[in-house]
Amino acid sequence: MSLLAEKTQRPGLAPHTDSVATFVPDQSRAERTRSYAVADFPMPTGREEDWRFTPVDRIRPLLKDEATGLCLDWSETLPAGVRLGTMSVADWQSSGAPAPADRAAAVAAAHSGGVAVLDIPNDAELTEPVRLTLTGDDGQLVHGHVLIRAGRFSKATVVVAHAGHAAYSELVTISAGDGAHLTVVSLQEWDDRSIHLGQHDVVVGRDAQVKHIAVTLGGAIVRLNTNATYAGPGGSFEAYGVYFADAGQHLEHRLFVDHAVPHCTSNVEYKGALQGDSARTVWVGDVLIRAAAEGTDTYELNRNLLLTDGARADSIPNLEIETGEIAGAGHASATGRFDDQQLFYLMARGIPEAEARRLVVRGFFAAVVSRIGVPEVIGHLMSAIDAELEASVAVAS
Amino acid sequence: MSTLEIRDLHVAITADDVQKEILRGVTLTINSGETHAIMGPNGSGKSTLAYSIAGHPKYTVTSGTITLDGEDVLAMSVDERARAGLFLAMQYPVEVPGVTVSNFLRTAKTAIDGEAPKLRTWVKDVKEAMGNLRMDPVFAERGVNEGFSGGEKKRHEILQLELLKPRFAVLDETDSGLDVDALRIVSEGVNRAQEASDMGVLLITHYTRILRYIKPDFVHVFVDGVIAEEGGPELADRLEDEGYDRFLPAAV
Ligand SMILES: Nc1ncnc2c1ncn2[C@@H]1O[C@H](COP(=O)(O)OP(=O)(O)OP(=O)(O)O)[C@@H](O)[C@H]1O
Ligand SMILES: [Mg+2]
Repeated sequence: MSLLAEKTQRPGLAPHTDSVATFVPDQSRAERTRSYAVADFPMPTGREEDWRFTPVDRIRPLLKDEATGLCLDWSETLPAGVRLGTMSVADWQSSGAPAPADRAAAVAAAHSGGVAVLDIPNDAELTEPVRLTLTGDDGQLVHGHVLIRAGRFSKATVVVAHAGHAAYSELVTISAGDGAHLTVVSLQEWDDRSIHLGQHDVVVGRDAQVKHIAVTLGGAIVRLNTNATYAGPGGSFEAYGVYFADAGQHLEHRLFVDHAVPHCTSNVEYKGALQGDSARTVWVGDVLIRAAAEGTDTYELNRNLLLTDGARADSIPNLEIETGEIAGAGHASATGRFDDQQLFYLMARGIPEAEARRLVVRGFFAAVVSRIGVPEVIGHLMSAIDAELEASVAVAS
Repeated sequence: MSTLEIRDLHVAITADDVQKEILRGVTLTINSGETHAIMGPNGSGKSTLAYSIAGHPKYTVTSGTITLDGEDVLAMSVDERARAGLFLAMQYPVEVPGVTVSNFLRTAKTAIDGEAPKLRTWVKDVKEAMGNLRMDPVFAERGVNEGFSGGEKKRHEILQLELLKPRFAVLDETDSGLDVDALRIVSEGVNRAQEASDMGVLLITHYTRILRYIKPDFVHVFVDGVIAEEGGPELADRLEDEGYDRFLPAAV
């Protein structure tokens, strides 16, 4: 099976210079540059469509076309049969893997020094998750490049946890062979100084089912681009996300599901809570159903809960449909304030305020959390959300 | 025996930066085991009284007192009032998505009692109470009031009443939106709760039909933020025949 799903290359767009208010126009998601060459991606100004929400000035070090030779500390738990190895960047490129889609990813691929490859063999049915824990300790600037390959008809869960203090830019390719059932969880629990830029490309094999889960709680700036393509019909892609932004955090999740193959499905559901001054989240969900993708069924949803004033959530779903022969396509997006009526109702039944808040916020996340399906991640996530809320109650009182 | 005492209560709401007085001196005493019906036209302040007793932040008490066995209710937070034994069945119960009814009930019971209920008896109690109110057991795993019909929301309020066993219950138009069967089922729930724990009831209603099932000891007619007339059950019959017309400003 080739990793190649789609590769378009064209010269980089020159940024507009006439007005700070204008963005580089983008006709269709299909038109965006994909290239292994850093030079094809000019340094962003912050006015481009795909950078306009990001605090570009604060991430410049990760956009510099320059190797640092530094790495994160890796620790791993590998169930029997699972191998962790390496591959040269050149070999990775010739495999036809999806190419970088922005400058950060191109820089990461160019300067990672090699690709870490996690291989789950054909037909393997793992009973325990694969765990990778990547930790920074002194704010080192790191370029990372990871390939997760699930062999055909394998069943596996991979949990990648990020923690500590670092400036980390990564390119991650997740490739599920025919009939594979793969769940990949990316946990962002950085400390509050860290920066994390990521491009996750998911290639869904014929009849494969891939779940991509992003849980983003820590980090000063986290920007994750998750892209899905299908290598054959019958594939299913599910993307679930939970994020919780505190004062000063910028948490950005962008998804692009590219339906170019018939009879595939996608379901995207992201939920976020925000609290504190200048807490900031961005969610962009692009779905493209190309002419060939007959029988596509897709849905995407984003909801944000503003727990305090001063927080801001942007939510932009975008559905492009080039064929009428689809099974279903829809999206929903909403951002709302914490509902004081709910708080009153619970308190009127004797439940103290802090616990009532916790119930409401847990309830807000309940549906998406139940879809994650990895018990250890769910338990961990719920206690992390409780801790976030406790911190806020402590601040408020 | 307990007593809930409301004295010369004045309550205002602030809308568009203007304070508007809604309750203009309400005095009412309810003892354990008693049922008081409050009847009155739309907008007369019935819900305002109910919410003020429960402590809704939208309503400001400008003067007067509410005490429960001498304790100052107005000094208590919303949850403290509930733990002190006050219960409000709301006219429009609130949806709390993603919080299951069973989790909600258990959390509330634990808060009210100060300890978690014994699992075995609790599960049995919940099942039995739901059965009595003809609530399908699947409701236990649905979100609180999420997508419930008007009648289902009211049954859910009375389910909580039966399980939390308050000393005083304020029922704000529990009868509205119920068909005849549901009205009977819900009323039986209130009567059961009252018999079980000698609860005092403040029954707010616009119509007399619920009074066929829940017999009031006292009837208070509420008009424009004050009690305009008080009496025994016979006053309700009179209202049934005459309506509220004689209390309305046109009659002045
Ligand atoms: N948020 C608000 N802004 C302005 N006026 C309000 C607000 N809430 C209540 N009021 C007014 O307060 C008065 C009393 O309202 P309340 O809901 O207590 O009446 P009620 O007797 O319960 O009526 P109903 O029989 O319709 O339930 C009404 O005139 C109402 O319009
Ligand atoms: Mg009312």
